[in-house]
Amino acid sequence: MEFSEHIKTANVEDVVLRQPLHPARKGTLCITGHHLLFSDKEDSSRQVLLLLRNIDAVEKSVENLVGYSSLFSFADHGERSGSSGTIIVKCKDLHVLQIDIPGMEQCLNIAHSIETLSNLNCVSEMYPFFYRPPNHSLDRQWGISTPEQFFRETEGLSFLWRLSAVNRDFSICPSYPPLLIVPKDIDDESLKKVSKFRQGGRFPVLCYYHRKNGMVIMRSSQPLIGANKKRCREDECLLQAVIGSSDKGYIIDTRSGQQSQQARMIGGGFEPKSCYSCWKRLHRNVEKGKTLQESFIKLVEACGDESNNMDRWLSKLENSKWLSHVQTALSTAGLVAECVERDGHSVLVHGSEGTDSTLLISTLAQLIMDPSCRSLEGFLCLLEREWVQAGHPFQQRCFHSAYSHARLQQESPVFLLMLDCVWQLWRQFPLALGFSEALLLRLATEAYASNYGTFLCNSELERCALQVKENTYCLFQALLKSVEREIYTNPLYESTDLAIWPSVHPQSLQLWRSFFLRWTPQNRHLEEAQEDIRNMIIEWGKLARR
Amino acid sequence: MEHIRLPKVEHVKLLDRVSPKKSRVGTLYLTATHSIFVESEDGVRNETWVLHSLVCGVEKQASASGVSLVLHCKNFQLLQFVIPEEKDLQDILLSLQRLSQPESLEELYCFAYKPNVAAEERQREWDFVDLRSEYKRMGLPNAHWKLSPVNQNYEVSDTYPSELFVPESATPPVIAGSSKFRSRGRFPTLSYYNKDNHAAVCRSSQPLSGFSARCLEDEQMLGAVLRSNPRSDVLYVVDTRPKLNAIANRAAGKGYENEDNYSNIKFQFQGIENIHVMRNSQQKMLEVCELRTPSVSDFLLGLEGSGWLKHIKAVLDAAVFIAKAVSEEGVSVLVHCSDGWDRTSQVCSVSSVLLDPHYRTLKGFMVLIEKDWISFGHKFTHRCNHLLGDPKEVSPIIDQFLECVWQLTEQFPCAFEFNERFLITIHHHIYSCQFGNFIGNNERDRQQLEIEKRTHSLWSYLWSNRAEFINPLYRPNHSQTQGVLRPSTAPYCFNFWRGLYNRFDRGVHPRQSVEDCLRTIREETEQLEDQLSSHKQKISKLEERKWSVSVNIFDKSPTAWIFAPDLRLANTPQDYTSCVLTSSPRPAGGSPVLTPHDLNLTTSFNGSDQESGVADLSAPSPFSEESARDSDEAANSAA
Repeated sequence: MEFSEHIKTANVEDVVLRQPLHPARKGTLCITGHHLLFSDKEDSSRQVLLLLRNIDAVEKSVENLVGYSSLFSFADHGERSGSSGTIIVKCKDLHVLQIDIPGMEQCLNIAHSIETLSNLNCVSEMYPFFYRPPNHSLDRQWGISTPEQFFRETEGLSFLWRLSAVNRDFSICPSYPPLLIVPKDIDDESLKKVSKFRQGGRFPVLCYYHRKNGMVIMRSSQPLIGANKKRCREDECLLQAVIGSSDKGYIIDTRSGQQSQQARMIGGGFEPKSCYSCWKRLHRNVEKGKTLQESFIKLVEACGDESNNMDRWLSKLENSKWLSHVQTALSTAGLVAECVERDGHSVLVHGSEGTDSTLLISTLAQLIMDPSCRSLEGFLCLLEREWVQAGHPFQQRCFHSAYSHARLQQESPVFLLMLDCVWQLWRQFPLALGFSEALLLRLATEAYASNYGTFLCNSELERCALQVKENTYCLFQALLKSVEREIYTNPLYESTDLAIWPSVHPQSLQLWRSFFLRWTPQNRHLEEAQEDIRNMIIEWGKLARR
Repeated sequence: MEHIRLPKVEHVKLLDRVSPKKSRVGTLYLTATHSIFVESEDGVRNETWVLHSLVCGVEKQASASGVSLVLHCKNFQLLQFVIPEEKDLQDILLSLQRLSQPESLEELYCFAYKPNVAAEERQREWDFVDLRSEYKRMGLPNAHWKLSPVNQNYEVSDTYPSELFVPESATPPVIAGSSKFRSRGRFPTLSYYNKDNHAAVCRSSQPLSGFSARCLEDEQMLGAVLRSNPRSDVLYVVDTRPKLNAIANRAAGKGYENEDNYSNIKFQFQGIENIHVMRNSQQKMLEVCELRTPSVSDFLLGLEGSGWLKHIKAVLDAAVFIAKAVSEEGVSVLVHCSDGWDRTSQVCSVSSVLLDPHYRTLKGFMVLIEKDWISFGHKFTHRCNHLLGDPKEVSPIIDQFLECVWQLTEQFPCAFEFNERFLITIHHHIYSCQFGNFIGNNERDRQQLEIEKRTHSLWSYLWSNRAEFINPLYRPNHSQTQGVLRPSTAPYCFNFWRGLYNRFDRGVHPRQSVEDCLRTIREETEQLEDQLSSHKQKISKLEERKWSVSVNIFDKSPTAWIFAPDLRLANTPQDYTSCVLTSSPRPAGGSPVLTPHDLNLTTSFNGSDQESGVADLSAPSPFSEESARDSDEAANSAA
């Protein structure tokens, strides 16, 4: 295999591994096409297996001791060749490891291999295509839900809505899945026309049906009205069909009013009042893209600050703006939910491309309103629907995390921001969500580097082309089936039919420590407490069953 | 009563700070001890009680809905009343200004608070926390430390307690000499003794060293402290002040120990700021808390600008230093600041919490406050603003102590027997003046006031309501519970204490409580365990009998046969669940932090509003409407 050409040194003995929360250990370092493997010299059962894909940055420093030893010829370096090096490996899940390697050349080789192998961008050569856990075969259904299932299982939906296969060959919209839910009155021909009027072909589709009052959340990309105010009758008809007999609907534009004005200059824009008279447009500036990535980098940098200075910490935390982004996302989602649940009107959410903040808001709004997506299965189905199938470009967004020195391209931690917001909900309603913090942490890790194929590629089209579903395992299935399923459920879960309205006061929002400060010793105590809670419930459950 | 100019005003509007639409109209009554607002809406009996002693500021404020009266309370509650008639408002304002600032201790609420308790019962209340038995628990007196009678009549130091532990080798002349060389006569004396390695935490005030003064007895006193720790040949002297402040004190004939004059001491500054800095810092922080709809940036920048968390960190840093010296190095430490009743109390008590698991229990924590704060003369009357007095004496020193402990409970969720509610309740009553514990500035004051004869003790009140204050995650044998706590003081380990400073802004708190849920589960588990064991006992008894019966089976006693299977039937799961599991493991109608009846505090409780968690969100409840609108508002302001 061609990985081998990137590996000059595959094995190094007498390596010292230092990682947070563990004493330094000596052992053998081994590098393969997809992994970094460290095995302890004394206790070979203690191994550290790290997916190379998880590595965000490598920092190396070598010390050529040869010069010194010739100066101080009496120096006793034993077997060591006289030079050594240190590699600091910074992972996408914010884990930082230090590896001391005897031998400068070996050190440089290893560092070079890590750098090259962790940056390979050919999807079909990534580890999920090679991952073959024992006792599993690949000939199963991939994924935990399909649009058909969703359509079938959502009661009351088929009355006014239909499942359209207009995108069956991905020709209408390359980033949409083949099957989409649209108003019954709108035929496929119209959809084709609408798709030409929306960026990337992402015409308005249904993503949530509110059983209580029949209102819906639609999502799309921006309309291409451009500078000379183009119109599209079919688009207007489609949205009119969404409103149906109701008097109005809301468009939540995830950009500021100014940004959407500016978008017209480059062919995009927003739905003007004159053509969409029944729709009330509200603008909320939900940051994404580079701004969000920079915010993430700044926050991680702040968490790594060792100056032990309170003022510095608070000002860096503020300066990162991460919590402001959390606040905006939650309050925008709250607004959407309010429109649907309280005001009793349908909502269309979009930004520009409709693949980032749009999904963020629609996911959170559903979590606030819909009890069925708060169970473990329900939440994973929601993610599969709203992120994987709906075409969030994971490959681009999660190519690098907060440590990389590489020039930023399409990276943006939108998915992570969503998980953070869900965590805030979980903190405010600790009994209402069926999954645990451990699940959110696992997802945050897996989105960046995984054994599973779930977060590979940018869309269903790409997944089909690379036969991801045929050749990899699905994370969501594994999470539901695995023996550790228990750790991903919330022992305190008590399902409620009510909406869970989050508080967005700054006092209510907290830094997601267990993610951003996961590798600090303090986190251990909090984990212990979670463990205790679980045990208490188990104990109670045992007794109660007797 | 003579201070009440107007006992009743009608058509008063109580504004809701966060959502003006939720404002209520009713009647405001002034009584000798409380302001009471009664909502006049039909059907709801909604009362808000505010103790006069909790009010720390009354002011007029012009608002959109007219001129209003704003009450700032010491428990961080903020109330805003709109009173239609200007004259009425003025009368209420003047009455409250007088009522909330009594001129003598005799006017305080604790002397008027008369629950129906017999005299002997009251004495038992006061005996509940007993410092002698606490010192005995530490293993004192012993070969190194003795109880000294020198201050029996408060003659050596009028701000010290009458019973003090001093080194065995400290003679009365040495003590007397040392006390003359220390501010307010507060000579070095024992605060905490570590049985395991003989190291001790001692406390005093600053020495009157000026630029060059020496005192042989004081030097001998420190020598005696050092000798009381036989395994160590050095003594740390921790001056909790910033170095500059200590140097400035030298000009006034005070100062700090010169390492050259005292043998085998190691001197160290800790840099905790003085009471004035702390007062201003808290004031600034509260202004941030009171912002109506701050953005995240406003809030974080405001918090940073207040410096509050920096000061909390400084106290914890100092305590960590001392706990480390005592537990790891086995070195005794003498702690002082200027007078030795503010920063010294903070640092000694926080380090005790770190060192000894006993202080992390309900009872132990009460004892600790009794010892390091009450008996050692933290000036509660001055610092907590009980009386009309010098505003420069007011400072939230005890708040900082409680917050340090809260920060520790956040880091070690399983290490403390008590919960956040316990700390908040203590805070509330330090300021409420309902109990006698925190009246006066020192033990002598309290003796003169005959506090024990005339008032009630908070400690026994807390103890009899302890079910509310138990941390369900605490287990005495947990690894976090045992031994010395080693907290991190990295800045990111400190949180803003919204439970205290935004206590009355319900909107900002989590909507469901893990703790309440766990408490129910824990209680149920215990019940189930009890039942299980009693059933087991019955089974074993019956089995014994059955066995004896089966032995006699050939005696053909038919009853035995009928009896045995019956029992097995009774032991089926259905039976257990039907008799025990009547309530599900979630908080039943979540109790509010404190009830108005017990504590005479404020708060409006109307039906579903006080339900915690999900119940709050039941469709038409005003609360969920409010929270939804909040998110809208916040979104608006962010946009």
